[in-house]
Amino acid sequence: MRDWLRTRTAWWTLLALGLLPLAWLLWRTAADQLGANPAEALIRATGDWTLRGLCLTLVVTPLRVVLGWPELLRFRRLLGLLTFGYACQHLLCYTGFDMGFDWADIAHDIPKRPFVLVGSLAFVLLSALAATSWNGAIRRLGARRWQALHRSVYAVAVLAILHFWWMRAGKHNFGEVWVYGLILAALLGWRIWRRWQQQ
Amino acid sequence: MLIRSSNSSFDHAVTSEITPREVFESRRSLLQNMALGAAGLSLAGWAARDARAQMKGPGVLPALAAVPSSVPGAQTMDKPTAYKDATSYNNFYEFGTDKSDPARYAHTLKTTPWTVEVEGLVKKPGRYGLEDLMKWGAMEERIYRLRCVEGWSMVIPWIGYPLAELIKRVEPQGNAKFVEFITLADEKTMPGVRGGSLDWPYVEGLRMDEAMHPLTLLAFGMYGEVLPKQNGAPLRLVVPWKYGFKSAKSLVKIRFVDKKPTSSWTKAAQQEYGFYSNVNPLVDHPRWSQATERRIGEDGLLAKKRKTLMFNGYEPQVGQLYAGMDLKKNY
Repeated sequence: MRDWLRTRTAWWTLLALGLLPLAWLLWRTAADQLGANPAEALIRATGDWTLRGLCLTLVVTPLRVVLGWPELLRFRRLLGLLTFGYACQHLLCYTGFDMGFDWADIAHDIPKRPFVLVGSLAFVLLSALAATSWNGAIRRLGARRWQALHRSVYAVAVLAILHFWWMRAGKHNFGEVWVYGLILAALLGWRIWRRWQQQ
Repeated sequence: MLIRSSNSSFDHAVTSEITPREVFESRRSLLQNMALGAAGLSLAGWAARDARAQMKGPGVLPALAAVPSSVPGAQTMDKPTAYKDATSYNNFYEFGTDKSDPARYAHTLKTTPWTVEVEGLVKKPGRYGLEDLMKWGAMEERIYRLRCVEGWSMVIPWIGYPLAELIKRVEPQGNAKFVEFITLADEKTMPGVRGGSLDWPYVEGLRMDEAMHPLTLLAFGMYGEVLPKQNGAPLRLVVPWKYGFKSAKSLVKIRFVDKKPTSSWTKAAQQEYGFYSNVNPLVDHPRWSQATERRIGEDGLLAKKRKTLMFNGYEPQVGQLYAGMDLKKNY
C-alpha cells in the first residue's frame, strides 16, 4: 500500500477520484436530473464538495503523523487545489445561476446575506493559498512565511463552517452543520493538542 | 290596439351608445384586430392544450371532479408547474427539512379516517369527518401562483372550495376575530416531528377577513386528483397572496379566537416571519431580498429570476384588506 502511494498512478487516481463529483454533477445537469430547482441543487452540491474537500485536505497531516506515513504529504496540495476548484464552481454557480451575473444585485445581496460575505472572504483566502501552491512560490516566499500564509487554511475552515451555519440558520436546520463542524473541530483540535504536546 | 306616438319610430340614442368618431373612423382596423383576435384565441386554445395536459396528474391518485372557478384572480394565465416538480420539491418539515424529504417519507401519513375539529368562538363546534367536509362546498379548480419565502415559485391548479363556505357553516361568534389552523403532528408517522426543528404542531393563523376572502381556498386536491401526501393531504389551506408557509397542510383543527394567534414560524424567529407574511417585493426578509423569484421548471439555469409581484399578483383582489396598514411594520 505504502509503495503504491509513492507511484504516479496513485496521484492520478486521486485526481480522477477528485473529479468524479464534478463529472457526476455535469452529467446530472445534462440529463436534467437535478430536480425541480437545478440552480439551487448545483450551488448546494458544489458547496458540499468544497466542504468535503476541505475536510479531506485537513485530514492529510493528522493521518501522516498518526500512521507515520510521510508519503501522504504528496496528496495534500492536490486535495487543496481540488477543494479550490469546487469553491470556484460554487462561486460561479452563485454569481451565475443565482444572481444572473448582475453585479448590482450581488452588491445588494451581500449585506443582506452576511453568509455570502463570509463565504467570499473564505474564497479570497483560499485563492491566495491556491496562487501560492506551486514549488516556486515556496522558494520565493521562504518556507517559514509560506507556512505562515498557508496556516490561514484554518481560518478558511472556520469561515466555511460559519458560512454553512448561517445559511442553514434560516431554517434551524443544523444537522449537517454539526457533522462538518465536528469533523473540522476535531482536525483543528488535534493540531492544537499536538502543538501543546510538543511544547 | 297599439298606439304609436310620432316619436316611437325613432328611439333616441343614449350618449353611451354613440360610437365615438375615432372608433367609427378606425372601424376597418378594428375589424382587422377582431379577426386577428379570433385567430389568436383559437391559436391560444391550441397552445393551451399543452397547459391543459400540464394540469393533469399521472392518474395514480383518485380523481377529484371540479369546475373551473370564476372568482376573479382564480385563473392565472401562467403556465402550471409540472406535476413532478410540484410533488418532489416541497417544504413539509413534519417529514424533514430537505425539500426532497416529503416526497420520500410522506407515504407513511395515514389520511383515512380523517377528522377536523372545529372549536373556539363558534356556534357549531364539533369534529367533522373528511367525507362531510368535502360536501360543504362545490369543488372548484383554481390556478394559483405559489410564492415560497425562500425565493422560488410555482403555479398550481388546486381543487377545493372557499374557506368562507366552511366558516359560514360553523357560524363564528361575533367576537371571533382570527382563525387558527393546527396541523397534524404525529410522531409515529412523521419523522420530522421527532426531529424538532419547529415547535409542533404547526400552527398558522389568518385574520377573519383574510380567512373569509373569496381567494382563500380549502384545498382537497390538485392537478385533477386528490392531494398527494407530500402536498398536505387530505386537506390544506391555500392563501395565494401570502408566502407558502402560511398555507398550512394536513389540517386537523380549526379554532376561532379573539386574539392574534402565534404562527409556528413567528414563534421560531419573530423578527423574520411576521403574522401577515404577505408576498411583498418591497419588504425584504431580514436575511435575503424578496424582489425576485425563480419559477420552478421555467426559469432555467441561465435565465434571470423574475420580478416578484405585490401580493403575489393578487393586489387587485386583496389590496383593500390592508388599506392604510404599514406593510413594513406588519410584515
